[in-house]
Amino acid sequence: MLDAVWLIPALPLAGFLCILLLGRRLGDPKSGYLATLMVGGSFAVSVGVFIDLMSKTAEERHHLKTLFTWVPLESFKIDLAFLADPLSLTMCLFVTGIGTLIHLYAVGYMHGDERFSKFFLYLNLFAFSMLMLVLGSNMLVTFLGWEGVGTCSYLLISFWHEKESAATAGKKAFITNRVGDWGFMMAMFFAFWAVSSLDYSVINGSQLSSTTATAIALFAFIGACGKSAQLPLYLWLPDAMEGPTPVSALIHAATMVTAGVYLMVRINPILAVSAEYAGWIIAGVGVVTALFAATVAVAQNDIKKVLAYSTVSQLGYMFLAVGSGAYVAAIFHMVTHAFFKALLFLGSGSVIHGMHHEQDMRRMGALRKLMPITFGTFIVGWLAIAGVPPFSGFWSKDDILLAAYDKHIVLWIVGLVTALLTAYYMTRQVIMVFYGKARWHDAHEEHGAHGDLVSEHGELQPHESPWTMVTPLVVLAVLSFAGGFINLPFEESTERLAIWLEPVVGVHHSDTAKLPLALVAVAMGLIGIAVAYAVYYFKKVKAVEPKILADAWGYDQAVSNFMGGPGRKAFDGVAWADAHVIDGAVNDTGLLVRNTAGQVRKLQSGNVRNYAAAIAAGVVLLLAWFVVVRGIL
Amino acid sequence: MGALIADTLQGPKVDWFALSPLLVLLGGAMVLLVVAALTPAWPKRCYALFTAAVAVGAGAMGFATWARVSHEGSQSLVADAMVLDKPGIWIAITICLAVAMAALVTDDYLRREGLDGPELYVLYMLAALGGIVMAAAHDLIVLFLGLEILSIALYVMAASHRKRLASQESGLKYFVLGGFSSAFFLYGVALIYGGTGSTNFTEIVAAFDATIDDRSNSALVLAGVALLLVGLAFKVAAVPFHFWTPDVYEGAPTPVTAFMASAGKAAAFGAMLRVLLQALPHWADDYRPAVWAIAVLTLVGGSVMAVVQTNVKRMLAFSSISHAGFILVGVEAAAHGANVSMGGDGVSSVLLYLLLYTVLVMGTFGVITAVGRTGDAATGLAGFRGLGRSKPALALGMTVLLLAQAGVPVTSGFVAKFAVIKAAVGVHSYAIAIIAMVASVIAAFLYLRIMISMWVADPEAGDDTRETVRVPALLGVAIGVSVLFTLAVGIYPTWLLDILP
Repeated sequence: MLDAVWLIPALPLAGFLCILLLGRRLGDPKSGYLATLMVGGSFAVSVGVFIDLMSKTAEERHHLKTLFTWVPLESFKIDLAFLADPLSLTMCLFVTGIGTLIHLYAVGYMHGDERFSKFFLYLNLFAFSMLMLVLGSNMLVTFLGWEGVGTCSYLLISFWHEKESAATAGKKAFITNRVGDWGFMMAMFFAFWAVSSLDYSVINGSQLSSTTATAIALFAFIGACGKSAQLPLYLWLPDAMEGPTPVSALIHAATMVTAGVYLMVRINPILAVSAEYAGWIIAGVGVVTALFAATVAVAQNDIKKVLAYSTVSQLGYMFLAVGSGAYVAAIFHMVTHAFFKALLFLGSGSVIHGMHHEQDMRRMGALRKLMPITFGTFIVGWLAIAGVPPFSGFWSKDDILLAAYDKHIVLWIVGLVTALLTAYYMTRQVIMVFYGKARWHDAHEEHGAHGDLVSEHGELQPHESPWTMVTPLVVLAVLSFAGGFINLPFEESTERLAIWLEPVVGVHHSDTAKLPLALVAVAMGLIGIAVAYAVYYFKKVKAVEPKILADAWGYDQAVSNFMGGPGRKAFDGVAWADAHVIDGAVNDTGLLVRNTAGQVRKLQSGNVRNYAAAIAAGVVLLLAWFVVVRGIL
Repeated sequence: MGALIADTLQGPKVDWFALSPLLVLLGGAMVLLVVAALTPAWPKRCYALFTAAVAVGAGAMGFATWARVSHEGSQSLVADAMVLDKPGIWIAITICLAVAMAALVTDDYLRREGLDGPELYVLYMLAALGGIVMAAAHDLIVLFLGLEILSIALYVMAASHRKRLASQESGLKYFVLGGFSSAFFLYGVALIYGGTGSTNFTEIVAAFDATIDDRSNSALVLAGVALLLVGLAFKVAAVPFHFWTPDVYEGAPTPVTAFMASAGKAAAFGAMLRVLLQALPHWADDYRPAVWAIAVLTLVGGSVMAVVQTNVKRMLAFSSISHAGFILVGVEAAAHGANVSMGGDGVSSVLLYLLLYTVLVMGTFGVITAVGRTGDAATGLAGFRGLGRSKPALALGMTVLLLAQAGVPVTSGFVAKFAVIKAAVGVHSYAIAIIAMVASVIAAFLYLRIMISMWVADPEAGDDTRETVRVPALLGVAIGVSVLFTLAVGIYPTWLLDILP
């Protein structure tokens, strides 16, 4: 089964090709089911490979499957090879597992869209790229996947490109990601320069100097910041919510945005030998992003924007863990976050679907009766992200806070504040959407344009979603509840994820007493929930939603202003130099070629005598060379 | 009496199996010619499919002989008049591939132009026969025979569009200039014979010891080498022997142009490798600078002249000249290690280039066949305007093929150009490698112009009354195969590089 690891990315690729060729003929919903089946198939293969890998001893838990030599130069040989090890398999399992559920969900969500099959075309291409990214045994294959997911993300964010905002958001994501890609490429160049190879096994296994390792690690981290939406490159992710909700759930919450975290964990031996400040930078950026995004989430009114900032914040947690050297905690949180954030996004999608594409939480409310399953599952996701035991988020967040405490108490405190805010804004969301009085009627009267909100009887009718959408919600709710059990901190034998990942990330020990820390964290979460209840449910306290938070501290605007002002001028300068110096040289060369060709063209007269003369001239020249120069002289 | 003849006229031993690709093509051509003459018109597509089947059969026999050569090594055939070795078989298979694809491209074209009939197909097979003989010849006379079989078939094919004056003109031009250059080639053969006493490659090589001391004989042979080079350079369309190419390519029926650019080029380069490396290895120091100069002229001339053209067929004629320049870079590299065995990076890079270019150019001219529309006249850039909107799949395929011609990575064109330049760098011919790269940058401009016409430009006003572009099934198959092959080799070249001799 181990040798079948190539099937994991190959199946979505096959799905992509099938839909490319037959998409229009298969149509809605068949092409959706085909895509789902392919990702489901790769989940099955992942499970098979996982079982095989489990049956081996810890030292033998890696398998290299080389498909072929991609770049066959002697000094620069790169294989298209897949590495099946505990880390890549963990990624594969949740990418394909959650991917299957979200594909299925999308069959319902995208029903009736005129580009239905194209959506699944992109979605399968995304799954393929993401799996290449995590399975690649060298940085170049990972980079291929890295660019692939970036492209798919762009295509899917701007999927409804008739909407101006969607097209703009797609462009923003694309451009911001280029900055990160530059970091990734620099990391690749440094690694290749240092060890003449791009294989992870070689890079991780060689004795790098601290300076080189720091350079590789920090450049890779720039790449990670772009892909995983950390400060200062997070800008694109909130806007990415313009894409269809299944895309937000799959790409911008569960899988693609975790690629940066994956990359850092993959090169963890390099982090280990790099300078101490590298870890501090990563942890610092992580924790600041976590706090920053949490404060912004507090004041958002768009149901998906709240979740988007929440994702940025949770990714910050993961980088906090990476910077603190707690790689297991990072991966653990990545997995549980994938469960509950996918659940929350799909839940919000179900609400949006039920509300006929209304996304403003101020126009929702009292949906718990009308959408009972969505409501029930959303509650599970809420408790998980708020860190209420025994839901999955509690265990993984706790691991991270423990590691932060070990690194420095300030990191821990900021992490705790973030946890409080997280519980607060999620409670706010749940109350605004599902409790209180139904506000959609007002909305309807206010916005007469929303004609489709009204049922045949002239009344607005939010409704529960079809089975294809509800089933994934239920499965994800179960996972969000129970996901924590893969790594329980009671004793070493229950830390299953840590044991499983040990061959890749080593052992991380902490002597800190876990229980008091956990109690403080739970207390923070409960305080957050209680405050939110007081404010939004009982309305005892007036809600504080300052505009500066809603505007994300003005950062986005500042960047836009800078880019539009001084940045614009600088780029104009560069563009001028490009137009006049570089293009000038190119254009002049072009002109020269054109003029010369114009002259030579006259020889091409169409007259056979002239042609024969040219041949004769050639003969004379050749004879002169051979007979006179070589023969006689 | 019979016994007496058998005693006195001892024919050479003929290894029929080794000649089977030739025999299959000959048989196919004869069957088609005779049977089609005696029966009423065949149902549509049958001529083309028959020809494609014969070509595939001949190619399969080529593979069979390949297997034998892999086991037993190269063999000399028919009293050393021909040779069976991997480079020769490679080119034979390339030519068979060209015939098969050309047949698919030709099928609907002939019906569209009202010219349907078996003649062109017969000529394809006979021309291929000549080409394969050229690439497998081990004697200058045999090589000349192959050259003439190929050339005469091509003259007729170029003129075969009876309703287009341009086609007639191109056939005649090609015939006159071809005859002119054949005369030079034949004179070269005579001079070599005069200098060495033989036309057989083995004996020419053996005669080296005799000529080296004798200055007068040496000059005779050198003049012969020069004239042989003229004949071959004409056939591969190298500057300054290229003037016929744009006119003939533009005037000839588009599928025939494709055949000329692919099979014709493959055969001529096969013959060039044979003559230079197997008959004249001792004169390598003499001809290498000449090949170098011709290669540079061809690279620069082809690329630069292509820029000012406005007819796509003509552009691709210059592009094919530029490609010939690239292949000459490989020939130049091969000449550094000239020896009788015909091995080395230079030779294999030339063979690889020929195969990849054959598939590429077939697909490209396939698209032009479709876009040319009835009368084969809409081959100007204007004819391609708006193709991206009206026929996105066709335009996409054409884009892939053009990118490949420009040598963009992840396409077969890149693999081909890379191999040639690698071979040149391998023998320290840095200057020509750099010139080749610069030339390919200049040439990229012309492919971009076609792409811009397809995707960016709108059809000219009043142009919407014209006939819509049709892509019939067989033509679609040929273009599809070409595009897929181009991408497959570009993404994963190793499988092909591994079997390269």
